[in-house]
Parts: sequence; structure tokens; C-alpha cells
Amino acid sequence: MELPLDYATLKVLWWGLVGVLLIGYALTDGYDLGVASLLPFVAKNDKERRLVINSIGPMWEGHQVWLITGGGALFAAWPYVYAISFSGFYLAMFVVLAALILRPVGFKYRSKRESATWRTSWDWALFVGGFVPALIFGVALGNVLQGVPFDIDRTLRATYTGGLLGLLNPFALLCGLASVAMLVVHGASWLVVKIEHGHVMNRAAKFGQIAALLVIVFYAAAGIWLAVTGMGYRIVTDMDPNGVANPLRKDVVVEAGAWLTNYGKYPWMILAPALGFIGSALAFVGLRNKTSLSLIGSGLAATGIVASVGTSMFPFILPSSINPNASLTVWDSSSSHLTLFIMLIVTVIFVPIILAYTAWVFKVLFGRLTTEEANAPGTY
Amino acid sequence: MPELLVADLSRWQFALTAMYHFLFVPLTLGLSMLLVVMEGAYVMTGKEVWRRTTKFWGTLFGINFVLGVATGITMEFQFGMNWSYYSHYVGDIFGAPLAIEGLMAFFLEATLVGLMFFGWDKLSRPAHWLVTFLVALGSNLSALWILIANGWMQNPVGSEFNPDTMRMEVTNFMEVLFNPVAQAKFVHTVSAGYVTASVFVLGISSWYVLKNRHLGLAKRSMAVAASFGLLSALSVVVLGDESGYALTDNQKMKLAALEAMWETEPAPAGLTLIGIPNQAEHKTEYAIHIPYVLGLIATRSLDGEVEGILPLVAVAEDRIENGIRAYTAVETLNDNPNDVKAREIFEQTKTDLGYAMLLKRYVDDPATADRATIEKAAMDTVPNVALSFFSFRLMAGIGFLFIAVFAVAFYFVSLKRKVPRWFLYLALYSIPLPWIAAELGWVLAETGRQPWVIDGVLPTFMGVSSLSATQVIMTMVGFTLLYGTLAVIEITLMIRAVKLGPGARILPQGVGGGGPDTHSDAVPAHPRTIQFDK
Repeated sequence: MELPLDYATLKVLWWGLVGVLLIGYALTDGYDLGVASLLPFVAKNDKERRLVINSIGPMWEGHQVWLITGGGALFAAWPYVYAISFSGFYLAMFVVLAALILRPVGFKYRSKRESATWRTSWDWALFVGGFVPALIFGVALGNVLQGVPFDIDRTLRATYTGGLLGLLNPFALLCGLASVAMLVVHGASWLVVKIEHGHVMNRAAKFGQIAALLVIVFYAAAGIWLAVTGMGYRIVTDMDPNGVANPLRKDVVVEAGAWLTNYGKYPWMILAPALGFIGSALAFVGLRNKTSLSLIGSGLAATGIVASVGTSMFPFILPSSINPNASLTVWDSSSSHLTLFIMLIVTVIFVPIILAYTAWVFKVLFGRLTTEEANAPGTY
Repeated sequence: MPELLVADLSRWQFALTAMYHFLFVPLTLGLSMLLVVMEGAYVMTGKEVWRRTTKFWGTLFGINFVLGVATGITMEFQFGMNWSYYSHYVGDIFGAPLAIEGLMAFFLEATLVGLMFFGWDKLSRPAHWLVTFLVALGSNLSALWILIANGWMQNPVGSEFNPDTMRMEVTNFMEVLFNPVAQAKFVHTVSAGYVTASVFVLGISSWYVLKNRHLGLAKRSMAVAASFGLLSALSVVVLGDESGYALTDNQKMKLAALEAMWETEPAPAGLTLIGIPNQAEHKTEYAIHIPYVLGLIATRSLDGEVEGILPLVAVAEDRIENGIRAYTAVETLNDNPNDVKAREIFEQTKTDLGYAMLLKRYVDDPATADRATIEKAAMDTVPNVALSFFSFRLMAGIGFLFIAVFAVAFYFVSLKRKVPRWFLYLALYSIPLPWIAAELGWVLAETGRQPWVIDGVLPTFMGVSSLSATQVIMTMVGFTLLYGTLAVIEITLMIRAVKLGPGARILPQGVGGGGPDTHSDAVPAHPRTIQFDK
């Protein structure tokens, strides 16, 4: 069967779609992670805590599916990337999983008992469930940008030679902090839009403003670091974008500044980092005035920052630091032509449906949440 | 060659996390459907007691549902974490149903489940019912897609090995979608979930009747559970998982193993009711036979032959020899993709490539294997016979018991007879049984497929990640502690919620509880109160 889209086009479309899923996750569950990270600091007593928790209570579960589906989509569209990154970051993945597992139970079980110890314990569990993934996702991207120590043998079996501690290098930690700051801004912006005016909102706005400034500082620092240390990889052989998905058939070199060359080649890509800065600035203003500009700004910032990782590296997805030739790229790490096509059809049908019912749920739940409502029977 | 210890540990870890996950799945599948029925009754009759009934079971649904979600994330990620080569090798096919499961099912159930709990006062009655229905639909669709993925592991249709990418690639997606093994598994698994929920509802309602509490809710719940449970229990046994067992050599092996049938018998083969399989000596001791039955069940005919274990081992030997030729050809193509001769040999032998990899347990290069090694590898295609044999018998026994239980329950309910106390106790103590049966079903399905992770395509030990044993042990200890703690909390909260009953004050969360009802037939929220519904 002749497919209506060629292989190279599908590969690029899937690069974009994986980006859409990651951005979808950052935009939706991102604020849940941020709100959970803020929970112990903006809410001082049980009533306030329930206000914060219930501001995300009815929706976070659907948001988390962006991550789960992102995992499934990686598996389906980029099996090499899924296989090598998930097994390579093994213990870090476990820590993320453990933190994420605490979240559903934290929401559901926290207010099932009156005991203060019980509730405080779950509040900290929710904090861990927000803060730890936010940090590790950033750390992971920081490592991806630097290249990851893996090799692939002739049967395409991958071996990873780094450990958990190797992940925690200074640049990666900087990215981790940028990620936490970004999601805290997003979470604070959500609270400003969603909950009643009062102490909790004031504290959230204050933390959010600090975080917005930190995002700008950390993000700029990461960019400068990238430029100064000359991070980056470049493919030196002629690659056929329509070629088979075998990552061992090319030559790659480490090249200073390669992560910035795309912005010269495709100037429109500058939009991504620009959004990162502009969005953070808008969020700062919105948080200062407590208007919905905050959420628009934090959303734009998250979109731009996540997208900029992709645009800096394109066509690389996961460079190898110990055998650059084995790096995974858009051209040689995808599924087969047919699978990419089928998955595209499925995605084009279902993503609009998902967005439609998600929007409907937002509409049903629209309106500011009061402390009284959040503490009524039937809530978390 | 991956380390065998890491492979074994990874298998244990997968078994642990999957079986734990499946403690929550069947109840989610079934109870969501029962909620649709109960809330449907509320929408149609407008009777407050149905609303309270729905909310009460909804509370229990919620406590169970979150752990299904929490442990489901692990399932989605651990293929990549622990089974990296597997993920590379079959991701082109296996990844698609997982991604579709997310897009079609998880989003639906997870996005709407919040409204199901919090939307009672924000939505009209029919709109809320629709939300409940869509949550149930999402849960059941997720079962469909994950079983399409699992069905493909048992019967890998619509795909072939591509030497250029060193992996399996999809050739016909429709075959993967309409895989008969997947269809059978879906019906069987979903029905088992409905049985689980029906037993759960019947058992807890029986306890209320025994305690003379919440009688209106209990009787209505029993009526729903009895009819739904009877249909499901019949479906789970009649539409058993066996219909796909005649399809491939390895499915045949699974059937022969669960019947402990060492040699092929003249058609129609007899069924061994019980006995003690002896794997070392290839015989079943103290066997009690029932003539003809197995042939009839397995082949749905009088003259269909059911092959025995040892003849199937002989087939495996031939396929290993053929597979060695395929393996050598792939090695040649790996160095020179344009080698015409090797390409030709590969095309002739590619369906047996996986069999050569069975030798990798003993030799690095399958081409160097001697006769004895080939025989040993062929014998490896026999799974643990006793485990298959006994888990099948126990599972099937529980299945038949449920038909009886629900038939009796249905009799009492439909004739509006007073249910005798012995039956109420029986129903109460039956609560753990569907979980035991469901777990045994998975033990049978997955250990019966060994030594393959993908039947005939990839041996399990080849699929693991290049991890150290220490790493796997660390996560296994971590999961055990985390899961163990959560299980204790979950069961405690569940029992507490049941004891408090519907409309309890101290249980203000989730669908249920909902605080004291303000309607005329509301019950005071006192645990000892006896409730008389209209």
C-alpha cells in the first residue's frame, strides 16, 4: 500500500507531535505539579490546604494522562528513544514513579480521616509528588542536552554506562531548578485565577513573582552556559531523511555551538526561547496585579521553554556522549513508515476530541473556588 | 547476551507490579458498569435510594480507582525501564495499542472521573449519568487496547522481522487489531471484571443484610449484582480464554501444558480432571481422565487433534535448526544489506528466527550449537507444567462456583424470597475468590507462554535491559515497600467505608458519602442505625 505521506514528512510530524504531548503535559499537569510544590508554603492550616488541594482536585487526573500518553507515544513513535532513555535513567525513573504514585492516593485519601498527623503526612506526600517530578524532568532534559552515556551494539542492544549520581551534574541541576521555577510560576498563576482572594492567593502571587524572576535568570543562565561551553552535536554524513530507522548508519561529531546553529538556519525557531522570556515576564506582571494575564504568561513560558529544547537539538533527540555516532535522531530512531502513519491518523482523530471534553470539564467547573466550598462534604 | 539473573529479577518485578495492578483493575472494570446500571435506575425512577446506592458504591469505586491509576503509571513505564531490548524489538507494533489506549481510553476516564465525583450538583441527572457511562466506557476501552497488545504477545500476527532495523515491524495493522486471541482475551477479562464487581457488591450487601443495616440499599444492590453477575459468570466460563489455543505452536504448547498432556491422543482427546504432573519424567501421576471432553472444548469438533507436549518439542527442534539459518542470514545482512543470497535464505526462514535465539541462553553464536544444545533449547519451550495445570484448575473451579452462587442469588432475588443466612455468609466469604481466580488467570497466561515474551519471536531473557542486578533489586524493594504500604491503607479505608455505610458523616469524600442526605428518606449518619428504604 502506498501511503499518502512520505516517511521523512511523517518523521518530522512526529517530532512535532511528541512536542505537542510534552507541552500539553507542561500546560496541564504542569500547574498541578506547581500547586503541589507550593502547597506547604502558601497554605498554613487545614482549611487553606483544602482550598489549594481542591483547586486542582477534580482535574489533575486527566492532566496526568498527558504524561502516560506521552510515554505510550514515545514507545509507538520512537521505540529506541523510549527503550534507551527509560532504561538509562533507570533509578531516576523509579524516583519519579514513586513520587507520582503518591499523588493519586494523596488526593483521595488525605481528607478521609480527621487526624492532623494523617493529613499533614499526605500534604507532604503531595508536595513530593509535585516537586520531585518537576525537578527530575528538568534534570533529565539537562542531561539530554549534554548527551547521555549510552552505546548500541550491532544487534541494536543498548548499554548505558552512567549512574544516578552522574545525572546530577551542575548544568542538569540548573535545568532542574529552571523547571521547578517554571512550574511554580504556572501553579501560582493557576491559584491566582482559580481561588478566592485572600491570604492564600497573596502568598501564591508573592512566591510566583519570585519564581518568575528565577525562571528568567535560570533560563538565561542555561542558554549562556550552552553557548559558552559549546555544547552540541552535528551529523557529518549525508543522511537520507527517508532512510531506514537504524541509528548506527551515520557519523556524528561533538561540535561547539551546534545547539545554537538551528536559530541561524531557521530564524522562526527563535520564537521558542523568546516565548520563554516574554511569557515569564507577562506572568510576573499578571501575578503582581493578580489578573489572568499570569496564567497566559506562564502557559506561554512553559510552551516556549519546552519547545526550545527541541528546536535547539533538532534533528537530534538523544545524543550519545560516549559514542556520538549512535545518537538517536529524528531520521533514524522512529517506528516504521506504516506505524507512524497509523498513529498520526489516530492522533488527528482523538486529540481534538480530548481537547473538546477537557474544555467542557473546565467549563462545568468554571469559577473561583471559595474556602467554604473547598471544605464542604464531598471534596478532597 | 543479557544476564540471566537480571532477566529473572525483571520477570519477578514485572509479575509483582502487574499482579498488584490487577488487584484494582477488575473491580474498576466491573464496578464502573454497575454504577452505570444503578445510576440509570436513579435517572429513570428518580428514587433517592438509587442515588444513595450509586454514591455509596461510587465511594468504594473511588478508593479502588486511584490505586489502579497510581500503579498503572508503573506499567506504562516499566517496559522501557526493565525491558529495553523488548521495547526496541517490538515497539513498532506493541507501542501503538499502548499509545491508542492513552488517547482513546485513559484520557476519557481520567478527565471525566473528576466530574463523576464532584459534578453531582453541577450537572443535570442525565448529564451526570452520561459522565458515569463515559468513565465506564473509558475503563473498558483501556482493557480492550491493553489486551490487543497482550494478545499480540501471545499470537504475534500482522508483523515480520526487518533485518535493516533489527526489529519486528508491522505489516498489517488490521490483523493486530482483530487478532482472535486478543478478542477472546478481551471478552474473558472484561467478564471476569464484571464477576469480580458483582461478587464484591453481593458480598458486602449480604453483610449489611446479616447486620440488618441499610436494607433498602443492600437489597437493591443484591438484585443488580445477582443478574449482572449471573450473565458475566456464564460469559467468563463459556467464552473462556481457550478459543485461541489451537492457533500457533506455542499456543498449542500452552494448552498441552495446562492439560499436562505429554503425548498426542487420538481425537477427540480426553480431559485430565486432576493429577500430579511430573515434568522431569514427562508424565502425569494419579491422573483421572474424562474421555473426549478436551478435544471437544479445544477444537470445537470431534476429529480435531490436540497435540501433546513432546510432539510439540520435536517441532521446536526443527524450528530451531531452521532458525539458525535465519540467524546466520541476518548476521550476514547486518554487515552487507545487499547480500542477495543471504536475503533469500532469510526470506525462507524468517518465521523461525526467534527459535535460534533460544540457543543464546547456552551459546553466544547459535550457529555453533551442537545437537545436545539444540535438544536442550527445544525442551525449554515447555513451560512449567504443574503451575499451568493447577492454576488453570483452580481458576476454572472458582469460575464454575460463581455460576452456582449467582444462579442461587438470582433465584432468591427474582422470586423475592428471603435470602437464607447460610447463603449470605457464603456470598460474604466469597469476596476474595474472584481476585484469586483473576491472578491465577494471569499466572497461567504469562507463565504458560514461557520461555517466550513474544510467542515464537523473542525469548523472555533476550528482552531485558542492560541493567545490573543491584539496580533491579533496589527498585523491587522500593516498589514492594511502597505498594505494601498503600495496600494496607487502601484495605483499611475500604473496610472503614463499608462499616460506616452510606450517608456517613465522617466520610465526606468522593462520590459517596456526600454528607448526610437532606432528603426525606435520608438516614441518620449513625453506624448502628437500621435503615428502611421506601
